[in-house]
Formats: sequence, structure tokens, C-alpha cells
Amino acid sequence: MSTVHTPQAVLDARDARPEAGAAPGPRDDGRGDDGALRRLLHDPLAVGAMAYIALVVVVGVFAPLIAPSSPSFVDLSQANTAPFSGGDFLLGGDSSGRDVFSRLLWATRGTLVACVIVLVVSTVIGVVGGLLAGYFRGRTEVVASWVADAIMALPGIVLLIALYTVIGPSIPTAMAVFGVLIAPANYRLVRAVVGQVRSELYIDAAKVSGLSDLRIVFRHVLTAVRAPILIQSGYVLAAGIGIQAGLEFLGLGNPSVPSWGGVLEQAFSAIYLNPQGVVAPAVVVSLTTLAFVLMGNALRDALQSTGRSRPVDADRVAEARAARVAPAADPEPDALVAVRSLSLGYPDGEGGVRSVVDGVDLVVHRGEIHGLVGESGSGKSQTAFAMLGLLPKDAVVLGGAVLFDGADLLGDAGAMRRARGTRIAYVPQEPMSNLDPTITIGRQLTLGLRAARPMPKAAARTHLLGLLARVGIADPEAVFDLYPHQISGGMAQRVLITGAIAGDPDLIVADEPTTALDVTVQADVLALLRELRDERGLGMVLVTHDLGVVADICDSVSVMRDGSIVEHQEVRSLFAAPEHPYTRELLSSTLDPEEA
Amino acid sequence: MIGFTLRRLASALLLVVVVTCATFLLIFSDGTTIARATLGESATQEAVEAKAVQLGLDQPVVTQYLDWVQGVLHGSLGNSYFTGEPVTAMLLTRLPVTLSLTVIVVLLTALISVLVGTLAAVRGGWLDRALQLLAVAGAAVPGFIVAIVLVLTVAVGWGVLPATGYVPLTTDPGGWARSLVLPVLAILVGSVGGAAQQFRGAISDVLQQDFVRTLRSRGIGELPIVARHVLRGAAAPGLTILSLQTIGMLGGVVLIEQVFALPGVGNLALETTMRSDVPVVMGCVVFTVLVVVVVNLLADVVGAWINPKVRLA
Repeated sequence: MSTVHTPQAVLDARDARPEAGAAPGPRDDGRGDDGALRRLLHDPLAVGAMAYIALVVVVGVFAPLIAPSSPSFVDLSQANTAPFSGGDFLLGGDSSGRDVFSRLLWATRGTLVACVIVLVVSTVIGVVGGLLAGYFRGRTEVVASWVADAIMALPGIVLLIALYTVIGPSIPTAMAVFGVLIAPANYRLVRAVVGQVRSELYIDAAKVSGLSDLRIVFRHVLTAVRAPILIQSGYVLAAGIGIQAGLEFLGLGNPSVPSWGGVLEQAFSAIYLNPQGVVAPAVVVSLTTLAFVLMGNALRDALQSTGRSRPVDADRVAEARAARVAPAADPEPDALVAVRSLSLGYPDGEGGVRSVVDGVDLVVHRGEIHGLVGESGSGKSQTAFAMLGLLPKDAVVLGGAVLFDGADLLGDAGAMRRARGTRIAYVPQEPMSNLDPTITIGRQLTLGLRAARPMPKAAARTHLLGLLARVGIADPEAVFDLYPHQISGGMAQRVLITGAIAGDPDLIVADEPTTALDVTVQADVLALLRELRDERGLGMVLVTHDLGVVADICDSVSVMRDGSIVEHQEVRSLFAAPEHPYTRELLSSTLDPEEA
Repeated sequence: MIGFTLRRLASALLLVVVVTCATFLLIFSDGTTIARATLGESATQEAVEAKAVQLGLDQPVVTQYLDWVQGVLHGSLGNSYFTGEPVTAMLLTRLPVTLSLTVIVVLLTALISVLVGTLAAVRGGWLDRALQLLAVAGAAVPGFIVAIVLVLTVAVGWGVLPATGYVPLTTDPGGWARSLVLPVLAILVGSVGGAAQQFRGAISDVLQQDFVRTLRSRGIGELPIVARHVLRGAAAPGLTILSLQTIGMLGGVVLIEQVFALPGVGNLALETTMRSDVPVVMGCVVFTVLVVVVVNLLADVVGAWINPKVRLA
């Protein structure tokens, strides 16, 4: 027994892990806002950003009380003095002799007003537009989305500069326009959510009486978009502050109102007289945009992540490995491949490892087709990938060996790489997704073959054309120059089988090779595999959940459940006299008339 | 493929027409204000009205727009209210500056972000974490502030490179290169982080696809898999990333030109908008929209050409 798992944890791990890309989606289901807030408060960056933003708000509101002097107070003796130079002004004076520190404090008000304007305009337009487009769909959505794309495609600052002739030196108006220009970001978000909620709710909505369809959709949408809009707001505000400071820096702001960008522009034009003068306004603008970006990131982590997982603790892995018995000397020296006490798992996110394969033994001889049967999640595919050395990156091997002709490949990545293609080959489940869609079939087969067996291109081509004909492809020359999307699923599987046998391997690991195919094609592919075994004396491990396939083609069977092999038998005796209750269960469910 | 390109072309044309039309109607909406701005605040009402008639600003804005379109169809964007110079000629003198800056930045962004993004996706580890930091910093600190910091340290502080000015390539290639180092660097800091991180995402998406595992099972090494298969698969999303970055960059270029006193199109737009020389401002908008459209079109068409499903359709 392993020391690192509980049965429930194992089931969880299997649900989440082996399917690459099927990680839990970024939803905040089942987590209250309390949890999100708590996570936010545990994130030092988030706390820092929040504290800084709060400070900016306080300074903006109370600027008249805090600032040492009025923004227009002039002391010519302080003109172009450096910050902290001991003069009357803490951060020095600008070229007109005004107090930079006071002006920055007063300018905070303009920044706050601009933030509110950008936020309100972009949220109202984005949310209303998204709701309408997502609800009415059809032409409304087409037009709205085209407009949104068009607006997104334009550099906002160029338009704002052009519109200066109309708006004049009014930052609030400019920021309202910027709010319109950035609204498409919110629009897209809301429209996508409306679409999702619509499709999820249509059936449910019909059951709920008393509430109109529209209200249900809107209520659900508003709940669903709250978190993403909040996250986006951080980035929108950061962009808004950057644009505002930029416009002011360009001299497009109101010169009679102090502004961060304006202070920066004045300091920059006096950069040779007072080089340090630019530092304070540059830092204020950068810190504020940074705070909003960090806030956005922190909100994203708190509201959408599934929690940060701890990396695997090396000591605990070592402990788990030590707890396993090392495989004894190989009792079957004439086996083609022998899996011995294979155990592997995945990080459980708390520093430990959840075991998904636990002490598996498996022997395959030359010319034998060995079925590996079990439900999805029983660990059979993980066992197969371990035999190929193609486990996902985060898999942890806890113990065992894969002995190929007596030599262990599991512990020797280099030997495993050399064995792949030449001695061990793989036939995958889903034919289409296992071909590179961007290059021709001939080219990808050639690249594979020449990697396994270096040979001239022409020789590879001749060899592959012969094999394609052998696996039942009528016009190999034509198929050679086709792209994967131009052939059928059955043909694609024959191409993949060609790729597997091209390097003349001794063992083929086939992972559900017929599951994704039409019933009529399934039998043909199984027959092909059997013929290839007969011709070449191949050993084969056939992973399947289908006992019909086992009965059709396999010589012996191992039944897997919960990461372990519960029964191993010759095919005929397994069907005649299953020993393990689980095998009997499997058999009876297969023979169930409703399934047949 | 030809059908696809034509459809994209039509969509691009529509974008140009709609955006320039909307901008024209907005900035020419108040002829009197424009006439007053060209004369100065102290001008009499009569003088302003006479000026408006002289510049054609007394006409309904739709009429002005149709006249302008007529001019565009004959290759004219009108003349400057102040110098009387054709707008196209003014744009042409500014074009080399903005295009040098943009093209260099786009090429460097593409090169660096493909390299760094791929390495971060394949290797992970510290490079990946460093990239995340760079992306946050690049997104957070406005480009013109990076530019100011560069001027402060490199140009003013160390006196290594020129802080301002532009040397035409034809006059002095060395001077041209030196005058562009800091502006290019200032934009790169912002663009590379974001682009590389997105490219990293595109690469890891491809790396997780089933066919990569199958390629590995054939005994193909990691380097050829990435170089021959994964990069190709990530090319289409990569182009989209790059075109978005380029468009975002165009806005930043205006500010960068101002910081380094580069006489580019952004600089022209700024100068002319401040004195209400609206035909020239309009010309700058047309230029920007055209660049956006061409970049999008290129990304779409090249992206489609890479994808055999579209190319062969």
C-alpha cells in the first residue's frame, strides 16, 4: 500500500489529471466573496496596491488640507530646485517656481475624476451594449461587434489628439471619449457571458415560472460578469491613467489645472537644468498605473484561480518511494516488455502526491496482444504512457521499472528516447488531433521515420509509400501530399499506424485505437493490427474499455481498477471464468442487452 | 485563399471609410470654432466669418466631407490652413521617421518575443518567472515614462546617446541608427514583455496538443518538434498578437516622438491639432488608419496562408 493517498483523493486526482487541458475552468463557483477577500488580504502585492490606491484617494479628497501651498503659489527663488535639496519645497520647484509636491497632491483630484469618468463610461457602454447584443443577437450583434472591433483596432491616443480641435483642453471630456474607446473590452466580455448563460439557462428557464426570460438572463449575466468586470477595471484604469498623463504631457490638458502629466512635461522641458525634477512625477504616474495593474492581477488570482498549489515536497516523494518494494529480478527473462511494480502519481497541490497507478505488473511477449481493460480513470492510459516515457510533465514516478528486453527504460530517459520509434511505438486514440494539421501527411511521416531511422529522403518516401499501401490506403502517392483535414478519420488512423510501424518497432502501445472510429472502420483497423502482429511478430499493449475489442483481438488481458491490476488471465479463460467480482461486473455490463 | 483575401480587403476598406468619415464629421463639425482658432482669440466676428467662407467651413459638414472624398479619390488630402502646403507632401516628409521607428520596433518585438516566449514555454523555470515580471512591468509603466527615464539616465546622465533629434538615413546612417536607439528601446520595454508572454501562451497551447505527444512517440527530439511543428502551429496566433501589439504601439509612438523630438507623423498631428490645422490632422488620422488596416490585413492573410485549411479552400 502506498503511504500517500486516500481512496477519495485518488478519484479526485484521476478526474482532474490525465486529460491534458481538462483542468478545472476558472470559475468562482462554490467560493463565496468572503473566500476571495481573504485570499486578497493574504496577497502582499494586493495589500500594497490597495493601500497605495487608498492613499491616492485620500490625498485627492483632502488635497487642500494636506498640500503645503496652493498649486499656483509662486516663489521664483525656488525655480528649478532639485527635490530634497533643502529648499522650501519638499520635491523642489518647477521652472515657474511653483511647489512640485503641492502641485502633485492637487493634481491627484484630476486623476481621480478622470478614473471615475473612464470607469463609468466604459462599464455602462460595455455592459449595456454586451447585454443587448448578446440578447438580441442576429443583426444587432453583428453590427455591435463590428463597431467594437473597429474601435479596438484604432490607437486611441491618435484619435484623442485629432479630437482636440473639437474638445479643446478638457481632460474630463477626453477621458469620457477614452471610456468609449476602451468600452469594447467590457462589451466583448459581457456578450460572451450572455451567450453562455443563454445556452445554459434555456432549459432551466422554461421550468421557472413567474420570471420572464429576459429578467432571468439579465440577473444571471450580471452575477456572472461581476468578477471579470472588476478584474478588467484594474487594467482599464491603469490604461486610463497612462493616457491621461500622456495627453497632459503632450500639452493637451488644461494648463490652469495642475496635473501629473503637466508637472512631468514641465520638468522634462527643464531636464538639463534640473535633471532630478522628472523623477517625482514619473514615479507617481508609474506607481499608480502599476498599483492598478497589480490590483487587476490580484483580483484575477483571488476571484478566478483555483487556489495556488504548493509544489511537490521532495522529502515526501522520497518517503513515498522508499515505502515501495524495489522490483525483484525479472522472473520472465524472455518477455519482450515487463512492467514491474509501476507506481506513479500527480501533485495534490498540498506538497504531496496522489497516486494514480499503484504497483502495476504487466508482461508482454513477442507476438502477443495484451489487453489492458478498465474504466476511464482506472490508470490504464497512465500505465501506457509510462511504458512510452511520455507521461505529462508534472507526473511523479514513485517506483517500479519498465524492462524492455531486460533493461530498465523508466529510469533512463536517454535510453527511452532512443527506444521510441525504433523499438516501442504508439498508436493514439483520436486520429485527427494526433496529426500535425499544418503539414502534409507525407512530410510528417518522413520527419518521424528519419528521426527514428536516419536514411535519405527518397528511401524514406519509398518505404513509407509501401507501408501506406500495406495498411490499406488505396492511392498512397496522392495521400502523401494531402493535409490531415483532407482525409477521413479511418484513413488518418491508418496513417498513424503507418507512422508507428515505420521505424520497425518490436512493441506497439495502442491507446483505445478504435474508440474514435466509425463502427464499420473499427473492425478493419483491428484486423489490420492483428495482421501486422502476425507479419512482424509484434508485441502489442492494447488499452481499451471495450471488452468486445478484447474478445476480438487480444491474447491475454489485465483488468485495471483504481490504479491496480485486479485480474490477469488468458482471454478465453477470462470470459469463461472471471475471478474478480469487478471483472464479472464489467462483463455483465457489456453483455447488457441495452448496450448491445 | 483569393476569396478570403478579397473578403478581408473589403472589410478593411469599410473600416477605413467608416473611421475616416466619423472622424471627419466630428472634427469639422464646428467650422466657426476652427476659423476662430486659425485666426486667434482676438479676431473679430466678421474676420472669423470671412475666414470660414474662405476655407469652405461655412458649408454643411456633409458637403465638406464629400468634397474631401472627391479630393482623396484624386490623390489629394487638401492643403494646410497655415502654410498652404499639400497635406500629402507634409506627410511624406514625416513618414520616414515614423516608419523607421515602427518597422524596427515591430521586427525586434517579433524576433525577441518569439525567442523568449518559446524558451519560456519549453524550459519554464526562472526564465518563465522573469518573463511574467517583465510583462507586468511593461504593461504597468507607460512607454513615454520609460523614454523619459532613458533620456534622464543614458542621454543626460551618461551622455552616451543623443537625447533628441533625428538624422535621415540617407544623410548619415550611423547618426540615423544612434538617433533611433533610445526611442526603439523605450517602446521595446513595453511591447516585448506583453508580446513574449502571449507568444509563450500560444506555444504552450500547441505543446499540449495530442499530436506533439505522438511526434515524441516517433522518437523525434524536442528541438525539431518545436522548430518544425510547434512554431508553425503557433504562427497564426502569434501574428494576431503581433498585429495587436503594432496597433497599440502606434499610439505610443506619438508620445515617444514627442519625448525625443522626432519629426514624425505623431509630432505633425500634435503640432497641427494645437493650431486647428484640421486638414493636416485629418491626414494624420488617415495615415494611422491605413497603417492599422495594412497591418491587420497582412496578419490575416499571412496567418490564413500558413493554415492549409484556409489556403487550400
